[in-house]
Amino acid sequence: MKRRDFIVKGAGIGLAGALISNFGGLSAVGMTAEEGQYDLVAVRGGEAVDMFDKAMEALGGMGKFVKSGQKVVVKPNIGWDAPPERAANTNPQLIARIVKSCFEAGASQVVVFDHTCDQWNRCYSNSKIEESARNAGARVVQGDDESFYNEVSVPDGKSLKKTKVHKEVLNADVLINVPILKNHNSTTVSLAMKNLMGVVWDRRYYHSNDLSQCIADFITYRKPDLNIIDGYRMLTRNGPRGVSTADVSDLKALIAGRDIVAVDAAATLMFGSDPKDINHIRIANEMGLGTMDLNKLSINRIKMG
Amino acid sequence: MTLYRFLRKSRIIIASLIFILVFIIFNDLYEWIPSGIARTVLSFQFVPSLLTFLATFSLIAGGGFLLILLITLITGRVYCSIICPLGIMQDIINRISRYTSKKKRFFRFKKEYPVLRYTFLGIMIIALITGLGWITVWLDPYSIMGRAFTYLLKPLITWGNNMVAVPLFHSMNIYSFFHHTLLHPYVLPVILSLAITVAIGYFAWKRGRLFCNTICPVGTLLGIASRFSFFRVRFDRNKCTRCGKCAAICKSECINIKNYSVDNSRCVVCFNCLDVCPEAALSLRPPLKPAKTKSYLRTAEAAQESVGSHDSNRRKILLTFLAFLVGNRIYALKKNRMPENQKDLLINEKEHPVAPPGAGTIERFNNICTGCSLCVSACPTGVLQPALTEYGLAGFMQPHMDYLTNYCNFDCTKCGDVCPTEAILPLSLEDKHITQIGKAFFVKQNCIVFTDETDCGACSEHCPTKAVKMVPYKNGLLIPEVEQAICVGCGACEHACPVGAPFKAIYVDGNAVQQFAEKPVVKELKQQGPEEDFPF
Repeated sequence: MKRRDFIVKGAGIGLAGALISNFGGLSAVGMTAEEGQYDLVAVRGGEAVDMFDKAMEALGGMGKFVKSGQKVVVKPNIGWDAPPERAANTNPQLIARIVKSCFEAGASQVVVFDHTCDQWNRCYSNSKIEESARNAGARVVQGDDESFYNEVSVPDGKSLKKTKVHKEVLNADVLINVPILKNHNSTTVSLAMKNLMGVVWDRRYYHSNDLSQCIADFITYRKPDLNIIDGYRMLTRNGPRGVSTADVSDLKALIAGRDIVAVDAAATLMFGSDPKDINHIRIANEMGLGTMDLNKLSINRIKMG
Repeated sequence: MTLYRFLRKSRIIIASLIFILVFIIFNDLYEWIPSGIARTVLSFQFVPSLLTFLATFSLIAGGGFLLILLITLITGRVYCSIICPLGIMQDIINRISRYTSKKKRFFRFKKEYPVLRYTFLGIMIIALITGLGWITVWLDPYSIMGRAFTYLLKPLITWGNNMVAVPLFHSMNIYSFFHHTLLHPYVLPVILSLAITVAIGYFAWKRGRLFCNTICPVGTLLGIASRFSFFRVRFDRNKCTRCGKCAAICKSECINIKNYSVDNSRCVVCFNCLDVCPEAALSLRPPLKPAKTKSYLRTAEAAQESVGSHDSNRRKILLTFLAFLVGNRIYALKKNRMPENQKDLLINEKEHPVAPPGAGTIERFNNICTGCSLCVSACPTGVLQPALTEYGLAGFMQPHMDYLTNYCNFDCTKCGDVCPTEAILPLSLEDKHITQIGKAFFVKQNCIVFTDETDCGACSEHCPTKAVKMVPYKNGLLIPEVEQAICVGCGACEHACPVGAPFKAIYVDGNAVQQFAEKPVVKELKQQGPEEDFPF
């Protein structure tokens, strides 16, 4: 059930749920929403894999997102030549668990890749994502050559009118977006929307044509079917690459949902910033690509351990 | 099998193995060869070893050349037959030439070209002593072969990898093979290597080891040594029937059957003549009586004066012409055609190019590097590219950090690990992390945040030490600021900057003298623990 359907079908219930959710802290307080009907799930205090399992349970299971025989792309952040402890890349165990979960839901194949910033093969191996995703059965592919990308037009984009997108994304039935929660020196935070810069070839175009607008524009072309923000470790400063483990905070959090703007807004609050101050989140909200007003949503807050 | 047939076969096997080994080292797409093995194999290349010795004064690191001299004094120029990859390549070409030729081909005794030989040797010695690296680049046989491997053969190997190996292994679910970038970003080094390789190949096809015995200064130097070598190919006049089989097979064209003599200075001890002689009139043996020697040094000096200046002038003229081709003029033209809103951009004025980490000083580097391009081949990111005009004449074809192509991986020490001449000294990872090869300069006037008033920050994003950080500007925008003390000059910022070269808003100016940067100060972090609540 989509957010819009939810509001239309049960405006009253939804409103009640949203109001109650304002009190916060009580786990699973939005009880008006039945199991599997939450818009957003936030989990804290567990291991990355366990938090994911809890979140998927609350969202109604992976079967809600992946149907039998579908091709899935799982898009982590593998941008940097850094080990998992540096929190520059998505948690490898989480990626492995997501891949397995897709197969359990009947996916015919699961592809994992990123268009990295640092030398790609070192990013893939030092992040441990290549190894763990492959062991879980995923096909891990390269993203470092222009020949892997096809041009698409972005009719609803304001600054981004066309761009080259990785063929695996173009061929996929389901796109699962798995960024890590981290600081970014220029956009303050790098979350789900920013992570999708890793499925296009020419990032330089983004940077020279209003970065924040381009990030939002891409969402008009392709909204991920599921966004999972890995906040097990959080890079609190010197992002997006980080300098050392001294930049990392053990947040032990995970946020998941369909609405990419909403998950980004929730993660921004966890990071300690206001979503209104993050240009690409604000722009996406204004363009109606999702909502950053969390009060409108039914949120399941789960505390573990 | 006779002894000489055994030696000849052994020579061919050893030479093939060494050639294949060097070939693999230069085409190590998957970094399978440990750097230590590459260094060991290449430590017996004469010029790189000599330069290593001059750089370190260590016989352990750079004693290979002495060993080769010693071997030459004992048995002659076996180096040229089994160690020098360029020599082996010429043998391969000549062998193909003889196999494919319809009529049987014979070598004939030819006189040497002493003026040319000793001129080139003289030029090389002067270049090595006074540190004219750009001359060494063109005369060292190993480096000529290295460039042929890097700029000509590696693209072929990469093509084969991308078109055949990757699809094949991926279809078998083996993923340790992957796609590599095929094309070289610069075409001039490819053209030059091709021209030189074709020229040498042509002479090898027609005349065997003519290059080794006319131009190659290592060949000439070892030739001098082999005049005194203990074991030499010698005639037994009593047995010889002057059938001419030996002279016909001698790729050095140095056997004169008319007066039963072998020019040992040109003989590369390939054992072909010894094996072919039906009368066993030729043998490799110690002298029966002390050999007479002549001094060729005076000839060399005289020849130097007459030919040397003319030759290097011509080279200078050619290089200057090339420099004009790729120099600032193109940029000036480009600027005239730029859109209105970019006319105010400032051109990046770089005082120095950026030498690879471990070069020490640019001057030292230019003196020692032979441009063999092994580092260019080994560099995983491709940031190392052969210099065209960057170092000036002194470093033509020596590698420099080309930040248009890529940037230096913070955690990589590959170039210093493989360099056979110590032009790039090996660095530990800790040292590499603080070796400052250049400093970043921010040009606010060119920056997207200033010109377009939109977010960017690509430079800061890529910076490994956060020497480039974003500070508040206006309207909630952030703009870069550089802290040069902790900058290592890796070029990540320059490469990532979306403004087109040469108008980058941030660029790295090389350090003429590389130094240690300060370590970034690590501030205590206020930990946000998992026990806290949801802020929404």
